[in-house]
Amino acid sequence: MKSESLWYIFINASLINNFVLAYFLGICPFLGVSGKMETATKMGAAVTFVMIISSVCAFGIHALLVAINAPFLQLISYIVVIAATVQLVEMVIKKMSPALFRSLGIFLPLITTNCAILAVALFQTAKGYSFFGSLAFAFGGGIGFTLALILMAGIREQLDFADVPKVVKGTVITLLVAGILSLTFMGFSGLGS
Amino acid sequence: MTPTKTTDLKAGPSSTDEFIKGLWRENPVFVQVLGMCPVLAVSNSAINALAMGLATAFVLIMSNILVSSLRNFIPKQVRIASYILIIATFVTMVDYAIQAISVDLHKNLGAFISLIVVNCLILSRAEAFASKNTIGKSALDALGMGLGFVFALFCLGAVREILGNGSIFGFMIFPESFQEWIIMILPAGGFFTLALWLFLFNNYKLKKAKA
Repeated sequence: MKSESLWYIFINASLINNFVLAYFLGICPFLGVSGKMETATKMGAAVTFVMIISSVCAFGIHALLVAINAPFLQLISYIVVIAATVQLVEMVIKKMSPALFRSLGIFLPLITTNCAILAVALFQTAKGYSFFGSLAFAFGGGIGFTLALILMAGIREQLDFADVPKVVKGTVITLLVAGILSLTFMGFSGLGS
Repeated sequence: MTPTKTTDLKAGPSSTDEFIKGLWRENPVFVQVLGMCPVLAVSNSAINALAMGLATAFVLIMSNILVSSLRNFIPKQVRIASYILIIATFVTMVDYAIQAISVDLHKNLGAFISLIVVNCLILSRAEAFASKNTIGKSALDALGMGLGFVFALFCLGAVREILGNGSIFGFMIFPESFQEWIIMILPAGGFFTLALWLFLFNNYKLKKAKA
């Protein structure tokens, strides 16, 4: 289908096939940093930013690899470029805005091992999106990730005041909430088709 | 020579213990809650879960051995980058191997084979264990952790397939009249099943602590 509009790609990546709740990508940060609203928002913003940059890089690499006929290098070059990008972004932010750098703290280096980032690069290649399609896909994915993270943080902040039985405290209750959120997001599945 | 000796003396646990701990006491999924993404994503049937578990275990064992044998040559500053490169190499091999063995399976697992690269379990074993221990011990550690991962994935995959599809490994085990719980093979079912297993584990641990 060549007729997929940018808007459809964006809605698809952010709501219908939400990276966290439908594809299970980026579960580690989703469970790890969704405790507080503030950190969740910052993490979401940082991930969206890196996603867009690495998506652009991946598009270039893919074109290059096809040109030199070496598809088996795809995975290795993607991961190296993402790691380098994260490092570069870290340095730039440190130089430009030390305040933002301090507030992001350890989240920036952690993004390298966030599978959602690598998945954006792999999926956009697999689906053969155009340059702008890839951008819309990466932006949608980032927004979807942020949305899931913020929703989760909001619920968990309320959960702190609830009397949760000891045996389900921590990961178990978080997973149950995630399951219910995932059910809710299934309601979007008719959208845009 | 001396450092090896001291680690041998200091490391009280025997080699069997390095192997056993990954299976149960430090099970990567149920206890450490590592590498969740593939666990949830491909555990919608027993066969997918088993294939994914074995692929991850293979990458884990090979990368642990290689990281351990290179541990004295890799400079500290670039160690994480080197580990990721080593892991990515093995993952590419596994990716092509699975494609050669079964195209259907490759299609089912999709991008998640490539995503083994960013499985935090593998990187954490390389950093926490293989970079400090001998080759033999690292291999045993990886074998134990890998089998523990396969075991956990199989637990999830079997429950989801039995309830969601009424079958196990594609064989129907319930009579025709069985109403499938479709939700179990959908993404939400993954969260619920994992929550259920973690709940059972916690329950067991709390009871044991009380006794």
